[in-house]
Amino acid sequence: MSLLEERLHRGGPVSPHLQVYNMFALTSFLSILHRIFGAALFVGTLLFVYWIVSAAAGPQAYDAAMNFLGSWFGYLLIFGWSFALFYHMCNGVRHMLWDTGRLLSLKEIYQSGYIMVACALSLTVIAWVVGLSV
Amino acid sequence: MAKMQSSLRSAIALGSAKDGVHHWWMERISAIALIPLTLWFVIGVIGVAGADYATFSAWLAKPWNAGLLICFIGAAFLHGKMGMEVIIEDYVEPRSVQMMVKVFVNLMAFSLGIISVVSVLIVAVRG
Repeated sequence: MSLLEERLHRGGPVSPHLQVYNMFALTSFLSILHRIFGAALFVGTLLFVYWIVSAAAGPQAYDAAMNFLGSWFGYLLIFGWSFALFYHMCNGVRHMLWDTGRLLSLKEIYQSGYIMVACALSLTVIAWVVGLSV
Repeated sequence: MAKMQSSLRSAIALGSAKDGVHHWWMERISAIALIPLTLWFVIGVIGVAGADYATFSAWLAKPWNAGLLICFIGAAFLHGKMGMEVIIEDYVEPRSVQMMVKVFVNLMAFSLGIISVVSVLIVAVRG
């Protein structure tokens, strides 16, 4: 018996089942993105590890790492990582407000969804504008 | 479902509940810790983005910077490990594979976290 069948059989909790939902309704789409970005951030820590390990290896390795991270591809990776980071952080705040029983009506879920996306985009833009100007 | 059995009977064979709410709780504790740490990290990285090695190592040699970066590494890898475990439990089957993937993610998180902390210390102490 599969894990899913086993849980259904016992009447126990069942995992978020992607196919039964409309995946492109705002609510479910933002929710799925939270997980995808969370997993991407975990894999993306490799970029951070590469940076800090290169620094520990010495000035030459550090310069090589900075050359890669400063290339267009490095910028692309860092940009993607930064947006995923801000999105996951802002939506994480939303999740923790839900955990306290707040903002659970459908209207509030949509409103907080729009606010969260606006915050994540703003933080990303602010970070890059400041980062590229200093 | 009609309940014609004792609570004990329905619990038997379900297996251990293991940690109860501990996992859920630690995921939130690390998430809350990561909010200020992440904002500090982003500001710190912007400050040293593109800097040469001397500038970067001087920045990391300051106790506050090295300490907070180690806190960020610890919270980030703990939170990442916990989040990945939840995703793996939801989507990876059969359970034998699920367990192997979870062990792999745990080993990755612990080893990469320790490697990062050691690297921070090397740069901070060596200058």
